[in-house]
Amino acid sequence: MDLFEYQAKELFAEYGVPVPRGSLAVTPVDARVIADSFAAAGTPRVVVKAQVKTGGRGKAGGVKVADGPDEAQARAIDILGMDIKGHTVHSVLVEEASDIAQEYYLSYLLDRAARTFVSICSVQGGMEIEEVAHSNPEAVAQIPIDPLEGVDAAKAAEIVAAGQLPEQARAGAALVAERLWAVFTDEDATLVEVNPLILTADGRVVALDGKVTLDDNAAYRQDHDRFADPTAADPLEARAKAKHLNYVKLEGEVGIIGNGAGLVMSTLDVVALAGEAFGGIRPANFLDIGGGASAEVMANGLEIVLSDASVRSVLVNVFGGITSCDEVANGIVSALGMLAARGEQVTHPIVVRLDGNNAAEGRRILADAGLASVEQVDTMDDAARRAAELAASGQRAGAPATGA
Amino acid sequence: MAIFLTGESRILIQGITGSEGSKHGRRMVAAGTKVVGGTNPRKAGQTVDLGGTQVPVFGTVAETMAATGADVSVVFVPPAGTKSAVMEAIDAQIPLVIVITEGIPVHDTAYFWAYASAHGNATRIVGPNCPGVASPGKSNAGIIPADITTEGRIGLVSKSGTLTYQMMYELRDIGFSTAVGIGGDPVIGTTHIDCLQAFQEDPETDAIVMIGEIGGDAEERAAAYIEQRVTKPVVAYVAGFTAPEGKTMGHAGAIVSGSSGTAQAKKEALEKVGVRVGRTPSGTALLVREVMRSH
Repeated sequence: MDLFEYQAKELFAEYGVPVPRGSLAVTPVDARVIADSFAAAGTPRVVVKAQVKTGGRGKAGGVKVADGPDEAQARAIDILGMDIKGHTVHSVLVEEASDIAQEYYLSYLLDRAARTFVSICSVQGGMEIEEVAHSNPEAVAQIPIDPLEGVDAAKAAEIVAAGQLPEQARAGAALVAERLWAVFTDEDATLVEVNPLILTADGRVVALDGKVTLDDNAAYRQDHDRFADPTAADPLEARAKAKHLNYVKLEGEVGIIGNGAGLVMSTLDVVALAGEAFGGIRPANFLDIGGGASAEVMANGLEIVLSDASVRSVLVNVFGGITSCDEVANGIVSALGMLAARGEQVTHPIVVRLDGNNAAEGRRILADAGLASVEQVDTMDDAARRAAELAASGQRAGAPATGA
Repeated sequence: MAIFLTGESRILIQGITGSEGSKHGRRMVAAGTKVVGGTNPRKAGQTVDLGGTQVPVFGTVAETMAATGADVSVVFVPPAGTKSAVMEAIDAQIPLVIVITEGIPVHDTAYFWAYASAHGNATRIVGPNCPGVASPGKSNAGIIPADITTEGRIGLVSKSGTLTYQMMYELRDIGFSTAVGIGGDPVIGTTHIDCLQAFQEDPETDAIVMIGEIGGDAEERAAAYIEQRVTKPVVAYVAGFTAPEGKTMGHAGAIVSGSSGTAQAKKEALEKVGVRVGRTPSGTALLVREVMRSH
């Protein structure tokens, strides 16, 4: 889960990392009210910052300085509702403007290849660290962190020294580094990034921006729900999540249901490949129903997949490993019955491919059930082709295809 | 020979009294695997019935090893207890621990990996979030169905469980020396490279199938390793060409971040070093058949 900048900064503040004073505004009038209070406190100059979970918002015009409440409101009108790389701006952070003397970079992240954590620190901040690493690699320090040791005051001092931060910033930056490590570990983050970390004209070290990614696997021991963003989630993804289904919405016409993350990813690829011959038919979603594939899970899965208006056919691709295919077949039969009982008669063609453990029995059960919407195909490649063909032609399952 | 797991392997199950541990323990025993014991500190001294075989329960991994000669542990304990379970296995210096549990926070995995490293990597860790290791006809440690295929001379290493089963099924007439499910988490103990090395050295393996997926650069690093060290034929498959940027696709580690971790980049890196990469699982199986025929 990625956090918004304002959420990251709230976390930073909880851990004693200095951040500029600011508040979140969802309307231009809110922005004006916040700027009013800063003006009353003697700091009329503010920055209005789009809250989107993507980089490059500055270049896109999503960050503007405003002198006083009138300008703050005007800038908020400009920014709210903007589209930045496909992300709609629903809120802005209104902050007191900082008097920046220098800009640095500091982060902690997971290094998958080294199977450990790494801190990246650089005296050159404010731009994308990848660019700095490319143009001026000696200015970017990467310091491995031993999870058993963590980051204490001495390690923090080592990090900011390696990043070549100037003497006057080192004590403040080291304190920030030590506290950000606490954010990183205590909150189960996989990324904590401050870019820029600034030295102000009056000698303070402040986190001017913040990017945090939290580990979804740690949700059981963390209160991640407090960061939930109802505006961002796709409505279907939200419904699927409520039903404990692992669903990702894509842009396509063939609804996909399968078991196992790898097999489902592979199914998407095989459908996209087969779809090339039918005018670019694509998979509509990722949905992994896991090993069990009970009737209820299958029914919930079909319901979600069929709620997607762009879906024109469905491919159920199951490999019976531990689960035997006769159970899966019974699940599909019951699921269609359950949906009919809920008043959601399935009219889309459903192509089913069952293979593996007890596949012959599973296929017999499905055939004997005589379901009008279900068509069985023996192999994954042929099933993908048939599902793509049905999506392209709009044919009912079982009817002879007349081509795309 | 096979790799990591042989007919002589003596297996203990951490979490043997839980529903997953006992269910899969029964399946392992039914497959002829030597399951010699299990742990649960609260039920030490009892036994667990694994389909007619009475298996003793001990308080710790060290006690189980001392009493039974166990040399492999399979971990089924829930995510909240996995870190301490794996550290206990490392403390006992068991040679191999296979972590089946899914949903472990990556800080926990990074911690127990660092702990294993600090103890000289005397314990090989496979997983977490993996289906385990199967050497057909010899031993089965984890949740890979034992009856898909028989013993043969293909070695398989995969990030994905169901794609492992699919590939074993497609090539069931040829058979496998060992299949290793290394898991789909961002941090894993045993990598593609570790398995490539072991298969290269295994006289009972003639060809290697490598299954990868989006996320990280493990496949690219494996390609570099193959170029330098692997002389046996390698056929690969990569899943996730249609995965959108920034979305986790089922496995915690399966995510394209910006332009890194794409299936296309992995495929290109593998093909560049002469590895044949299938476009579909079936197409990949056909490539393996060609390789085995010409071998």
